[in-house]
Amino acid sequence: MPAIEVRELSKTYRVYRKREGLLASVAGLFRREYNAVAAVDRVSFSVETGEIVAFLGPNGAGKTTTLKLLSGLIFPSAGDARVLGYTPWKRDNAFRRRFSLVMGQKNQLWWDLPAQESFRLHREIYRVEPALFQRRLDELTSLLEVRSLVGQPVRELSLGERMRMELIAALLHGPEVLLLDEPTIGLDVVSQRRVQEFLKFYQAERKITVLLTSHYMKDVEALCKRAIIINHGRINHDGPLEEILDRFSRHKIMDLQFAGSEVPQDLSRFGTIVECQPPRVRLEVPRQNIPKILSDLLSNYNIEDVGVQERPLEDVIAELFSSSSSPSSSGADAANGETAPSVRPPSDGMSDLELEAEQPVDR
Amino acid sequence: MMAQALRLRWTILKTCIEERLAYRADFVFGTLVRFLPTVTQIFLWGAIFSAAGADPGRKLNGYTYHNMIAYYLLALVSRAFSSMPGLAEGIALEIRDGTIKKYLTQPIDMLGYLFWHRMAHKLVYYFIATVPFAFVFWLCRGYFDGWPDALTTAGWVMALLLSFLLGFLMEALIGLIGFWFLEVSSLVFIYMMITFFLSGQMLPLDWLPAAITRPLEFLPFKYLAYFPAAVMLHRYTHTQLALELLVLVGWVVVLFAACRTAFALGLRRYGAYGG
Repeated sequence: MPAIEVRELSKTYRVYRKREGLLASVAGLFRREYNAVAAVDRVSFSVETGEIVAFLGPNGAGKTTTLKLLSGLIFPSAGDARVLGYTPWKRDNAFRRRFSLVMGQKNQLWWDLPAQESFRLHREIYRVEPALFQRRLDELTSLLEVRSLVGQPVRELSLGERMRMELIAALLHGPEVLLLDEPTIGLDVVSQRRVQEFLKFYQAERKITVLLTSHYMKDVEALCKRAIIINHGRINHDGPLEEILDRFSRHKIMDLQFAGSEVPQDLSRFGTIVECQPPRVRLEVPRQNIPKILSDLLSNYNIEDVGVQERPLEDVIAELFSSSSSPSSSGADAANGETAPSVRPPSDGMSDLELEAEQPVDR
Repeated sequence: MMAQALRLRWTILKTCIEERLAYRADFVFGTLVRFLPTVTQIFLWGAIFSAAGADPGRKLNGYTYHNMIAYYLLALVSRAFSSMPGLAEGIALEIRDGTIKKYLTQPIDMLGYLFWHRMAHKLVYYFIATVPFAFVFWLCRGYFDGWPDALTTAGWVMALLLSFLLGFLMEALIGLIGFWFLEVSSLVFIYMMITFFLSGQMLPLDWLPAAITRPLEFLPFKYLAYFPAAVMLHRYTHTQLALELLVLVGWVVVLFAACRTAFALGLRRYGAYGG
């Protein structure tokens, strides 16, 4: 039985549409216009027990709203979901004892007290046997390398240390489902890697089901084999992570090193020059032309070294989000593979990740 | 099961007390400074009575100067039980900024948790304030007519405990309005102003005209300050006291049901904004 089952789940928010200017603000006191915003629009997917799945999408795509629905924080407008067989928004205590939600931007530890006080409170809230609690605490604090910090007030910890404490608090009761919303947001590279390694190890050991949202593709690549891409509240893609590259990336990266100290001038006929540091050059080339391009290059130039690789997942995802910026171009069509997404050149600049962050509602 | 539930409440209480004691200097200072207005009020009532040409033995609206000071000090004790600083704003803020999620995703009842949190707040306050309170009462012992009988004293203690519940539920209910209106600070301000006046904290309610006091009989405000103080000033017979306590229990039950309903309805429309 899947640990998470979602069927045609929708959540629509009513959002106040404020017009610009002082007069409009005064008028808004008497009469207001509202827009219905579909944060999640007929989403369906399932996650098997023990699976770790990335939930990807730009800001405002509906990722966090879906996690809020699955954790029972909010009621849906339509559709159904089951987590461990429970309807989340009924908020049964039995259900709440079996999952955890960690939001990278929200603190649930007591700010002025050492983390150990929050842990002790969690032990009582979740009714964990003292011996089991101590064993888990020892294990988690040692895996996350924060054993010496549990007696220090939370406000005195660094962001990375605090996040690790949050993870411990979320795992002390041994949840079977873990919902992670941006767990590495704002962390430095070292802390990010530590959290990633921990999650990978812990998930493999405990076989817990994890649904992860993150804007850091390094998290996703390190942890997940499967990704669900959501945009404008609808699912664009659901499948193996590597399939994203096959399906949505029409290009590959070709690294060339020429003999001598120069690079030929006419390389742009093969593709886009991404980087040029003579005698090395990096080209972005259409993936279906690679055999022909390689053969042309090798027969026309004196090349010392050549390598072909996939484009970074991050670039492909950013491009995918940009290409589906209109709701009509996303969703079922793309998910069914009927429409190939249009791809913008990589030099296009800012992705919708930033553009959509200014939307009034954080979905 | 029962033992686990009790242990949880005890742990919440302990943790909240530890948190309250985290900022020692600020807390002690804040608690003690609250006694300053007491001194000014005693002088103010003295000035009012002398301006009215009343000698200390004469009554104004049924109160001698001594009665008035005794009332004022007893109303202060009532408010030490029934006032809930920051509760309504705290609930509304947690709804608005999304920190309410910890109560919704964990197997814990938010209102129960907040109750024990407030209880810890009060216990620490009483711990710090008991000595200064006792000192002020000792200094002003001449204003009191002595202890009332045991039944009245027991009724007073019950009235104080019930006023704590009433104050908690009234403020919690205002905070829960945050599910409908994200910003409730103006509402809280209005509530505080109304409470200050209609609870009898500013003036004994029997100083007010009948047009105001009659409707007040049907509202819970008087139980927040006036009623417990008036009990100690022998203004109720035993029968009246028992009846008033019953009405007070009724208000607690009604407000408890109102809070539960508001919480359940509020959660249905909760948007969990703020990440």
